[in-house]
Amino acid sequence: MNNKDGISQRYLQLYNDNIERIRQNSSPLLNSFREEAIGKFTMMGIPDRKNESYRYTNLASFFNHDFRNVFMPSESDFLKAEEFRCDVKALDTHGIVLLNGFYPTLHDKLRELPGGAWIGSMNEAAEKFSSAVAEHYGRYLNGNNDALVHLNSAMACDGVFIRIPEGTRLRKPVQIVNLVHANEDIFNQHRNLIIVEKNAEATIIICDHTLSPGRFLTNAVTEIFVGENARFDIIRIQNEHNNAGKITHTFIHQERNSSAASGNITLHGGLVRNSTHHYLGGEGAESNSYGLYLSDKFQHVDNYVSVDHAFPHCTSNQLFKGVLDDMATGAFNGRIFVHKDAQKTLAYQKNDSILLTDDAKMDTKPQLEIYADDVKCSHGATVGQLDKDALFYLQSRGIDKREARLMLMFGFAHEVVQNINVEALRERIDSLVMQRLRGELSRCASCMLRCSE
Amino acid sequence: MGKENDKVIGEVTSGEYKYGFYSDIEIESIPKGLSEDVVRIISGKKGEPQWLLDFRLKAFRHWQTLKMPRWANLRIPDIDFQDIIYYAAPRKQNTVDGSGEIDPEIKKTFDKLGIPLEEQKHLAGVAVDAVMDSVSVKTTFKETLAEAGIIFSSFSDAVKEYPDLVKRYLGTVVPYTDNFFAALNSAVFSDGSFCYIPKGVRCPMELSTYFRINAANTGQFERTLLVADEEAYVSYLEGCTAPMRDENQLHAAVVEIIAENNAEVKYSTVQNWYPGDKEGRGGIFNFVTKRGLCRGENSKISWTQVETGSAITWKYPSCILKGDNSSGEFYSVAVTNNHQQADTGTKMIHIGRNTKSTIVSKGISAGVSQNSYRGLVKVLRNAAGARNFSQCDSLLLGDKCGAHTFPYIEVDNQTAIVEHEATTSKIGEDQIFYCNQRGISTEDAVGLIVNGYAREVINKLPMEFAVEAQKLLQISLEGSVG
Repeated sequence: MNNKDGISQRYLQLYNDNIERIRQNSSPLLNSFREEAIGKFTMMGIPDRKNESYRYTNLASFFNHDFRNVFMPSESDFLKAEEFRCDVKALDTHGIVLLNGFYPTLHDKLRELPGGAWIGSMNEAAEKFSSAVAEHYGRYLNGNNDALVHLNSAMACDGVFIRIPEGTRLRKPVQIVNLVHANEDIFNQHRNLIIVEKNAEATIIICDHTLSPGRFLTNAVTEIFVGENARFDIIRIQNEHNNAGKITHTFIHQERNSSAASGNITLHGGLVRNSTHHYLGGEGAESNSYGLYLSDKFQHVDNYVSVDHAFPHCTSNQLFKGVLDDMATGAFNGRIFVHKDAQKTLAYQKNDSILLTDDAKMDTKPQLEIYADDVKCSHGATVGQLDKDALFYLQSRGIDKREARLMLMFGFAHEVVQNINVEALRERIDSLVMQRLRGELSRCASCMLRCSE
Repeated sequence: MGKENDKVIGEVTSGEYKYGFYSDIEIESIPKGLSEDVVRIISGKKGEPQWLLDFRLKAFRHWQTLKMPRWANLRIPDIDFQDIIYYAAPRKQNTVDGSGEIDPEIKKTFDKLGIPLEEQKHLAGVAVDAVMDSVSVKTTFKETLAEAGIIFSSFSDAVKEYPDLVKRYLGTVVPYTDNFFAALNSAVFSDGSFCYIPKGVRCPMELSTYFRINAANTGQFERTLLVADEEAYVSYLEGCTAPMRDENQLHAAVVEIIAENNAEVKYSTVQNWYPGDKEGRGGIFNFVTKRGLCRGENSKISWTQVETGSAITWKYPSCILKGDNSSGEFYSVAVTNNHQQADTGTKMIHIGRNTKSTIVSKGISAGVSQNSYRGLVKVLRNAAGARNFSQCDSLLLGDKCGAHTFPYIEVDNQTAIVEHEATTSKIGEDQIFYCNQRGISTEDAVGLIVNGYAREVINKLPMEFAVEAQKLLQISLEGSVG
């Protein structure tokens, strides 16, 4: 047995040790998927670098760790989460706080918002809205052959469920705060399902934070259904410490004339891999995915985006930018797939990266696969450094070099940040990016618990 | 108008393959199959020294441990490597009287292809090494070149006459362990061209190798080795054709180029193997490993290719930019029509400082063909000041074909600047309308647009080839444009 099998074996063991507990704590609907999923996982194993979509990401460093435990909440854990206050002023949201992938209150795990929308625990929703969940759960993975998605299906017990009924427009965004806090190293997996029905409108903000210094690994799957004419925005802000691994898989299924945007802003994190899949499943659908990664030390950020143009007259746009410092490594893998007969497709993809040191490394792989002729698709990728002419221009006007560099980097990053359509959040991110580029944003400064105060 | 356009496109892309004839030449071949004995027989037939046989055997043993690669965006039917004849040669290359005259039948074949085997005046600027099936039949202008100190001969002759040179460079750029087809080629390669340009010599004429597959059921495995010593310059051309047959034939070649300090090598290919018929029957499987090593400072290797033939093309001419200030170029037009599949591109490996590379790839797909660009630009840690520019455009003619782009960019140095851009689209109706308005028929308009689209690459070809390539482009797309 080689090392790779050894790692996979360990997770299989984790499953076998905990499956009874997981089953008891979750709804029959979720349980009905587990056996098939673990079968598929066993067949494929933890992806290594021979796997084309993980070519530039070495998972072994994080997966090769003995996570003895699958976290199950006990009441005492909730206190920390209760203390949590979001420090983005003027950001008025419907909040959900998840601790280690679980809903950390005893009551009101699932609550109703104005307009008949529901937000809350996935596990409870699976019982309360079993037909709606059954209609969508596990449907949008598009025959995905990522073993980690199957591992999530096999073991996840809870997560966030959001349902926006037909015609409802949520005025305030929904904010999901994922906290990781534990005294021991944990591997946690949660599973989210978001259903935005016909003509509905919603914005979701996801914030990922770590609150304690242990070694954490998160493997999250989010499935999103965007109905006809619906509009949907999801923004993910990642700010975790360097010992945390975060792997997210987001599957967005879009119906006719729908519009969906997905954003990933990665400020900190040891190993971050975001895979986002947009499936344009109806004419006139529109998608926009964007991402920003600012990494240093030994951080690694990998963005994997695929956009499937299955129907004619759809448009898609991808914009990913990043600045890599110290020994940081980055990867981008973008794929535009235009199916046969998806005529009049417009697709655009761009990835720009700046390397600040010789030890930083960027690998990028923008791909086009096109099986229809009446399309306009283009992509561009650059890896380089700050424009010397621009730097000189600023310096010649009396701005010192350090400040000039910051201004240019900020401008570079802002092109991505301006895609965020929640004003308070956009401003907050801009200031976080500025702090981050100045090197002022350490993990403690951004930690919202303010332990020292 | 769209419909009419489609009709014209249909007509333009349904041209016939002009080089599909078969010459009835008596051949000497060995039985089908591949084994260590076959490798020994090939080596024996060519009277090779022991070190070359050892090289072949090592390669063969390594090949046995490998599996056919499946990563390309191609549908490759299973190839039975035991069902191929690995050595076939025209029985009488020279006439019996030993005067050095070549068999008139062979001469006729090459005349038909437009390749003069005699040193004629009107094509005096090109020296040709003509390879038929497994052997080189004639190399022209050998003497003229020898005066300048240039060695240009068939590979087998080079092994006999200049064993030290061959031994020194063989397998240094493409080792037999490189990939499945390189290993296969290293084991069974039969002939090819060898060229050595000594220090400070600027080759006075274009060198060229013409490959012709004639015999049935055979595979062609040739090997080209090009060495440009310090300050040398050479421009090298390669052309290929094959008869029309319902069976697929395998062509697995290896090309190695070495450029020393300040040397420049320009390598141009017009690949026109039989592409198969309209239903996708027959055609050549073209699996080629081409690689150049810019070993010296300020050296330059430039690849230009026009790919119109072959049922399947799997080909990535690459440059290893090892010397400081060395540069690599790749210009490609790949045309696929009917059932053809192409997965082609390049690799630019930046190792030395201030190395530069340019990639311009133009794909044109028509019919139900699939055309992929696959390229790697890798900048290593010490390649300070490396610069790359890549542009990959695809043009789609017809709604059943596909065009794909798979670029890989790996950058490990902060001073490197790497740019990649790609577009995919079809010929705009407004462009056609514009031409129509000025009295240019739709068919001509499409020809005009396609030619303009490919011009950037065609311009890089030597003059003799540029004319041929332009014609070829028109023929390949005949009946498909609109």
